[in-house]
Amino acid sequence: MKGDRLISGALLVSAFSSITVLTLIAVFMFKEGAPIFAKTGLFGMFGQEWDPLHQKFGILPFIVGSIWITFGALVIGVPTGVLAATYLAVFAKKKVSAVLKPVIELLAGIPSVVYGFIGVIWLAPIIRTRLGGAGLSILAASIVLAIMILPTIIGVSMDAINAVPKSFREGSLALGATEWQTAWRVTLPAARSGILISIILGMGRAIGETMAVIMIAGNSTIIPKSILDPARTLTANIAIEMGYAVGDHRRALFATAIILFLFIVILNSIALKLSRRKF
Amino acid sequence: MRLGPRIAELFAKIFLFGITLFIVGILLFIILFILKNGAAHISWKFITMPIEDMGRSGGILATIVGTGLIVLVAIVVATPLGVSSAIYLAEYTKGGRITEVIRFGINCLSAVPSIIFGLFGFILFVETLGFGWSILSGGLSLAAMVLPTIISTAEEALRSVPISYREVARSLGATRWQTVSKAVIPYALPGILTGIILSIGRAVGETAVVIFTAGTATQMPRSLLDSARTMAVHFYVLAREGISLDNAYATATLLICTILIVNASAYMLMHRLMRGRR
Repeated sequence: MKGDRLISGALLVSAFSSITVLTLIAVFMFKEGAPIFAKTGLFGMFGQEWDPLHQKFGILPFIVGSIWITFGALVIGVPTGVLAATYLAVFAKKKVSAVLKPVIELLAGIPSVVYGFIGVIWLAPIIRTRLGGAGLSILAASIVLAIMILPTIIGVSMDAINAVPKSFREGSLALGATEWQTAWRVTLPAARSGILISIILGMGRAIGETMAVIMIAGNSTIIPKSILDPARTLTANIAIEMGYAVGDHRRALFATAIILFLFIVILNSIALKLSRRKF
Repeated sequence: MRLGPRIAELFAKIFLFGITLFIVGILLFIILFILKNGAAHISWKFITMPIEDMGRSGGILATIVGTGLIVLVAIVVATPLGVSSAIYLAEYTKGGRITEVIRFGINCLSAVPSIIFGLFGFILFVETLGFGWSILSGGLSLAAMVLPTIISTAEEALRSVPISYREVARSLGATRWQTVSKAVIPYALPGILTGIILSIGRAVGETAVVIFTAGTATQMPRSLLDSARTMAVHFYVLAREGISLDNAYATATLLICTILIVNASAYMLMHRLMRGRR
């Protein structure tokens, strides 16, 4: 019995590993980045100009870049993903969906550098010749990110649709509604909080993506004006400049990471709150 | 114009099916695009030769070894921590404050962007602990990244074990740990393994984390404290700096094949498990 208590103690300790890592991340980010806030003030980081050589650390262009690209990815990815999830959960035969679901999950396994590469070599030239602009742009990044967040959106939405009680569907069908009317008017509305979670999680993925975005978004430090303009995201700015940043420049990059980190934690808390609510 | 409900039904069915097929098509396109351009440049020499001239010529043996070692470190560290976290969550707790905190940690960690794991690993392992850019630093940072995946898949596997297994073992006088280790874990093992294999897949393809923690050395690593570049980082450098498009495609082909094999084996394991249970 004594050994048993020892084991359950050890298990409890290892169960704390994730929250420990999370805390360590927060502590180290703040330790490295917080001093810049003392210098610029809490809102000094939100200026329009990023010019590390002249001590100007305004990250507004990157915030705008992240928002545009993420929003674009959601506009393309959410309807596509939710409709595909509806097909797989409602219409597809069990066997068909058993084959297609793991195939779609494979999309999540493709390395982000490969997505970025195909974006550069195939997608960007198409955008450049058909729509104009530089090719490497918000639009290109949004399209690629939309594909990258599909597995998240489809997986979580499917779970939400499958979790709707059978009686909802049966009741609707018994009233003479078709399968599609049932899906559109009954099942999807009933699954809406789960679908919302899928959107929030997809959004977190899109905001956090780094390598693919560096390769295809064009990385301009100027606030973009159209979706054909190049842009730089918060993540891309950290990854591009961290290699050679020192002093306040480095602190500013860590401060960017703090803002990103807080944003992800907030998004996730919202998703967690929503998942506790039923319907 | 209003469609009759039957026609609308047919229309919707075809449309949704089309969207799903389109997504599958994108996946096939990506895989075939890489394989078509890369397969011709793969040779035995490419796999077994050291990197020469920054990757313009020679092979990629060092990156294969580097990838293998970094992923190995990550899995060796993350598996015991992850599986015991899962055992605690599935078997030893019924909820409460502490469990809430633990779950919140796992949830948030799984959403942390890879670039932040990279920065974290750089500050903690490379600088503070003095491991430098190394296989060890890279592996430990990746371990932090895959931890939530291993925990949630293992927990799900443990929860799928029928309650009767536990009841029978307990009624025979087994202690809680005997029940878990002798009755529950063996049954859940394939599910736990699936999570580990999927984590290997994620770790192999990761770039942002390892570029900041393991560095980009092109030499063959001789110890865990040597810097190493992974296949994914090598591919990124080749493609981004335009060093050699042919070798970039060839590296990407090997990368994609590795990931396909990893995912297929996870799927097969899961599939066999499901069939055995029915």
